[in-house]
Amino acid sequence: MSEPRLSSLHPGDSAIIRAISAEESLHHRLLALGFRVGKEIHLIRSARFRGPLQVRVGTTEVIMRRCDADKIRVSHQTAQ
Amino acid sequence: MKCIALLGMPNTGKSTFFNRFTGASARVGNWPGITIDLLAAKIPLDGQVVRVVDLPGIYDFHGFSEDEKVVRDFLENNRVDLLLIILNGVQLERQLSLALQAQQLGLPAVLLLNMADEAKRAGITVDIEKMAARLKIPVAWVSAKYGEGFKSASTLIAQALSANCPTDPAKLRENLRADDEIEAALEEIFSESVRMPKTMPKGMTANLDRILLHPFFGLPLFFLVMFLLFQFIFTLGKPMQDGMAWLLSQARTLGLEPLLANLPAWMQGLLLDGIYNGVGTVAAFVPVIILFFLVMTVVEDSGYLSRAAFLMDALMARLGLDGRSFVMLLMGFGCNVPALMGTRIMRSRSLRLLTMLIIPFSLCSARLQVFLFLITAIFTARAAPIVLFSLYLLSFATALLTAVLFKHRFPSTEPFIIELPPYRLPTTRQIISRAWHEVRHFLKRASKFITFGVVAVWILTHVPSDVPPSSADTLAGHVSTLLSPLLSPIGIDAQLSVVLIFGFVAKEIVIGSLAAIYGLEGDSLMGLMAQKLDWVQAYSFMLFTLIYTPCLSAVATLRNESKSYAFMFFSIAWSLLLAWVVCFVFYQGARGLGY
Repeated sequence: MSEPRLSSLHPGDSAIIRAISAEESLHHRLLALGFRVGKEIHLIRSARFRGPLQVRVGTTEVIMRRCDADKIRVSHQTAQ
Repeated sequence: MKCIALLGMPNTGKSTFFNRFTGASARVGNWPGITIDLLAAKIPLDGQVVRVVDLPGIYDFHGFSEDEKVVRDFLENNRVDLLLIILNGVQLERQLSLALQAQQLGLPAVLLLNMADEAKRAGITVDIEKMAARLKIPVAWVSAKYGEGFKSASTLIAQALSANCPTDPAKLRENLRADDEIEAALEEIFSESVRMPKTMPKGMTANLDRILLHPFFGLPLFFLVMFLLFQFIFTLGKPMQDGMAWLLSQARTLGLEPLLANLPAWMQGLLLDGIYNGVGTVAAFVPVIILFFLVMTVVEDSGYLSRAAFLMDALMARLGLDGRSFVMLLMGFGCNVPALMGTRIMRSRSLRLLTMLIIPFSLCSARLQVFLFLITAIFTARAAPIVLFSLYLLSFATALLTAVLFKHRFPSTEPFIIELPPYRLPTTRQIISRAWHEVRHFLKRASKFITFGVVAVWILTHVPSDVPPSSADTLAGHVSTLLSPLLSPIGIDAQLSVVLIFGFVAKEIVIGSLAAIYGLEGDSLMGLMAQKLDWVQAYSFMLFTLIYTPCLSAVATLRNESKSYAFMFFSIAWSLLLAWVVCFVFYQGARGLGY
């Protein structure tokens, strides 16, 4: 799959969620937090030492690990 | 040719069923409307040849994962005569939703409960008739693994195949779209009635985050903030504590002593030197406890703790934990008991157990009170905050060490995703009601445990009555003689070892017990401690108190939350061992260096 993943974005990047391929519990958690295909996602910052990512979908900000962000495919939009 | 599609959640043995059902004659084929290949086979069933398709495993029709999209596209573009829904019979409570959705969409279906063998072993029974009547779908047990129930399932499938009309893809598309329309309607109402700026204004939260979550300064800032808060509590709390102690001793000399003067001497001793001194010494700490919870409430409600989780997760991940474990560890600084209960948010049992194993090392407010007393008695005002801070650091260090040592025994792959709320200042009302709640909790425990503990210690140290109090011939003396080979190498003397036994019940008793043993309170007790103990002994005692075990309530909570006595005993044994080793290394090391 050539599409980039959420984990490959840089801080300040925006992208559109293309697919979420996570197991059930994570999938439902993401849905509950507003992660939907077609929504815009914004990577705010990433913690040092390959720590978690801080992302925003709509008005919700969440922190998530890179390995979980790997399961979200995005299409690159703009670098603000 | 009639077409049967297999539908089910991932990991339900759907593929195993497919292979057995079709006799491994499957071929990969293309299907209209979808881009990926699906396995399909042609098999004879009840005198005719039918085609069976294995659809990808999905959790529900409305999901947005790739596989769910494939299933939807398939059903929207292909006529299906029968849907075979395969559910894991052991997990029906969450899997039944898929069958209900299919029924609601009006899909012709037969429900097969797979893993009949496992369900039988687990003691699960299903009233097949009732379930079928309720769902209006035929239901049967099968075991794809062992091939049980296939014959009756085939009959059921053949019957359903001849009785049902095939799906109408166009109509199904409409039905499924109705679900999407909710989404669309939501978007529409939202965009029409709610105005949102194109980019969120860079508010206070974003600005604060830029500083507090700074890649280099974030962590040092976090520790600085914590240090300053403790400095604040200590500086402001000390005069309040002194004032309280003065009030209590005035009440004793002016009020209680004249009042009780007529009672026999031993009774006066028990009431004044035992109960009043013990409870009074603890009560003197109430202002500091209040202050501590006022500050902790502000920190907790401000949203800074989630940021701490963000900053610490990289480290915690290497310890086999996650940011939430760290937040719970911080909660433990108030009281270990709610922190242990807070681990319920974690789904993975291993992650939970490992977090529960490290929480007891959090320096809780009851232990804080012991340390405040001893630090004030033995260290200078300038050294005091540093000594206290070092205990906090050691509390972290022992927790992290425990995690490193045991992470391989409790492996976990639970995803870590938490919401980051905007920074908020709690209202005064919130702060006060929260602090009041904590203080009331502290006092309730105090009245229950401390009075009992203090009386018990007084009796142990004053019976038999014909020997000097707390000497080697009293009951306490005998107990401590037994323990001395173990505790003297770490600088803990006879009287202090009795105190430690009571400290196991609750740390709130520790200072009260000291007061009962020596029949002194407040400043005079502090003076005596300063005479009796040098700083190395005092620090060793504090280290042991920090590590050796939380309290009886925490131990009981450990047992309740883990549902395992083995885990509880393991936790106690490990803390005791670690406490002894750390104190031994410290005490002998410090003595060896000439202190």
